[in-house]
Amino acid sequence: MKVDSIVAGVGGQGVLSVAAVIAGATARLGWQVKQSEVHGMAQRGGAVVAHLRMAEGPIHSDLIPRGTADLILSLEPMESLRYLEYLSPMGTVATAVEPVRNIDDYPDLDLLLEAISNLPSSILVEATALARRAGNGKAANMVMVGAVAHLLPAGKPSLAAEIRRAFGARGDNVLDANLEAFRLGCSLGTGTT
Amino acid sequence: MTATRDLAPQLILGDEAVALGALHAGVTAAYGYPGTPSTEILEYLLRAPMRTDLRVAWCANEKTAYEAAIGVSMVGRRALVVMKHVGLNVAADPFINSALVEVGGGLVVAVADDPGMHSSQNEQDSRFYADFARILCLEPADQQQAYDMTREAFDLSERFHLPVLMRLVTRLAHSRALVTPEAPRPQSPLGDLPDSSDWTLLPANARRRWADLLERQPALLAHSEQAAELELLSSALGVITTGIARNYLAEHLSRTEDRPSHLHIGTYPIPVEAVRRLAAHVDRMLVLEDGFPFVERMLRGLLNQPVPIEGRLNGRVPTGGELDPDVVGRALGLPVQHPASLPRIELAGRPPQLCRGCPHADSFRALIDAMAGMEGPLVCSDIGCYTLGALPPYRAIQSCVCMGASIGMARGAADAGYRPAIAVIGDSTFLHSGMTPLLDAVAEAADLTVLILDNHTVAMTGAQPTLVPSERLPEIIRGLGVDPDHLHVLRASRKGEADLIATIELELNHPGVSVVIAERECIEAAKRDPRELRW
Repeated sequence: MKVDSIVAGVGGQGVLSVAAVIAGATARLGWQVKQSEVHGMAQRGGAVVAHLRMAEGPIHSDLIPRGTADLILSLEPMESLRYLEYLSPMGTVATAVEPVRNIDDYPDLDLLLEAISNLPSSILVEATALARRAGNGKAANMVMVGAVAHLLPAGKPSLAAEIRRAFGARGDNVLDANLEAFRLGCSLGTGTT
Repeated sequence: MTATRDLAPQLILGDEAVALGALHAGVTAAYGYPGTPSTEILEYLLRAPMRTDLRVAWCANEKTAYEAAIGVSMVGRRALVVMKHVGLNVAADPFINSALVEVGGGLVVAVADDPGMHSSQNEQDSRFYADFARILCLEPADQQQAYDMTREAFDLSERFHLPVLMRLVTRLAHSRALVTPEAPRPQSPLGDLPDSSDWTLLPANARRRWADLLERQPALLAHSEQAAELELLSSALGVITTGIARNYLAEHLSRTEDRPSHLHIGTYPIPVEAVRRLAAHVDRMLVLEDGFPFVERMLRGLLNQPVPIEGRLNGRVPTGGELDPDVVGRALGLPVQHPASLPRIELAGRPPQLCRGCPHADSFRALIDAMAGMEGPLVCSDIGCYTLGALPPYRAIQSCVCMGASIGMARGAADAGYRPAIAVIGDSTFLHSGMTPLLDAVAEAADLTVLILDNHTVAMTGAQPTLVPSERLPEIIRGLGVDPDHLHVLRASRKGEADLIATIELELNHPGVSVVIAERECIEAAKRDPRELRW
């Protein structure tokens, strides 16, 4: 068994937290994990991507070969399409629908969402709206973890436990909002189109 | 230290595996200057529990960091010094010469190269430096090796009385995997005073030390021969991998019908015998290395028989840029695995940019306004977040070459007759390499204006503390001889914009050295927990 996932978004959205939570929970299962991240200049409001590889057996490359990823998990709709060449023909794209328009030439959002819906397998989530309902719009990243939990090797309780480890030190408000955001994401079920 | 808990597998970055390896090797002190992708090594050690007897410090620059590490080694204790690849250019003087002294306590320099230039101005390959200095270089292939090899590096350094260079690349430095540590070794005790003739590189001593270093070369080679991993299989193709290229090859082995013979190199100097054995066994060789064609170039002079060699030099692998599984797959002649179908939609690029509310944004706006009406002002800039001032909407700078170059280059342009010549540099970059060129400029009364963007931190690499608090910057600048009448400290903010514009404009018209400090704390650093900040 293996799950290769690209985690994408914009610097500041919490891409690395998503990767860390999923990677941590998966490693505790006894699986092998490799998680390649972007640090430094690219994090300043630019496109951010992490390659997250999970397998029961050994993992060689830190990077996923093109055309083989099982999942693209994106916190932003345009970013979900940037790495499509990595996706396997059987793979799923899951993305938050709310755009981050920190550039002048952002494409037409309806066209973007339509392109994503037309992929063989996609999950569109109003992640920021759900995160606000959970008490903190910034927890949209944890909504997305919940929304793809059914595709991940670690179960929902393990993911929730990892969220507690990741956010426990930041106070009850932040932790509770992230846990609730995750729960709301999970409750979307397996809404794969 | 409770051994059982500490020795459980940990999911850590390659950088952190180096740090943990050093910690468990009994390192006494670790020094460095922040630089992507090496920063997390020292950050991990700064956070490490039970580190009361461990000295960890960010230094003014890589050279001072390296020199401190040599001093630790001189008195018999273990030292780690970390930097990014271009940092080794700054530390090259102590680095090369440290190969000529009698290293006592293990001296390990961990250098993170950045093939593909994710966050750097070049993709130079540090293995050339190790070869240049005639020392051992270890290149881990994965996170576990990053841990194991760091521990080994300290032992090797003490065995051969030489510094050892650990070469990392971005994709290992910034990738997490499970690492299983081993029982920690205690720190070494303080040693006796070493023999000064082994440490004082007067020509007479240096000639003896150099001869001694050359005499040790066969022993270094014997060590790397023994560390080489050679597997003689197919005679059609022999692949040489170094470092993480091994993983990219492994990724494809299940897709190859005739499994190639394989030599993996993780320890340098290049194991000549192992290379020759592989060459004698195969019809054709392919060299896969992340970085420059270091092994590939040397190979051409090492072989006893003509074997076609493929790699970066013949275009089988792209001449520049980092390796990835697809580049390696193509080099092996395997088809790329394509996704089903890509929608035809034009995506916009999303380059990095200054954060919303960044003080540099206010400073750049003020600079642009102050220069309005001037014909072709020259703005030499430097390394840091503010290099993003080159991009829209600012397009405010014309150069970024290396740490500190802004002041030296603006001075040169002023000497050549260009007006106005402006240097834009961050506070930490100024402390790293900006003070000496400013001293030059003052000595010659050059006609330049220096704008110091003081955000109180080393921002780009994750808000490490600068060496001195901002309040002390003016006294340092006055100490360098800048006329106090032409030294100004102003706040970089919307509210203070008019003052900043007027002051810059005034100083641009002053025929001599002027320094304007535009000061406000980095908004990312301001968000951080003050407990995390260390002075």
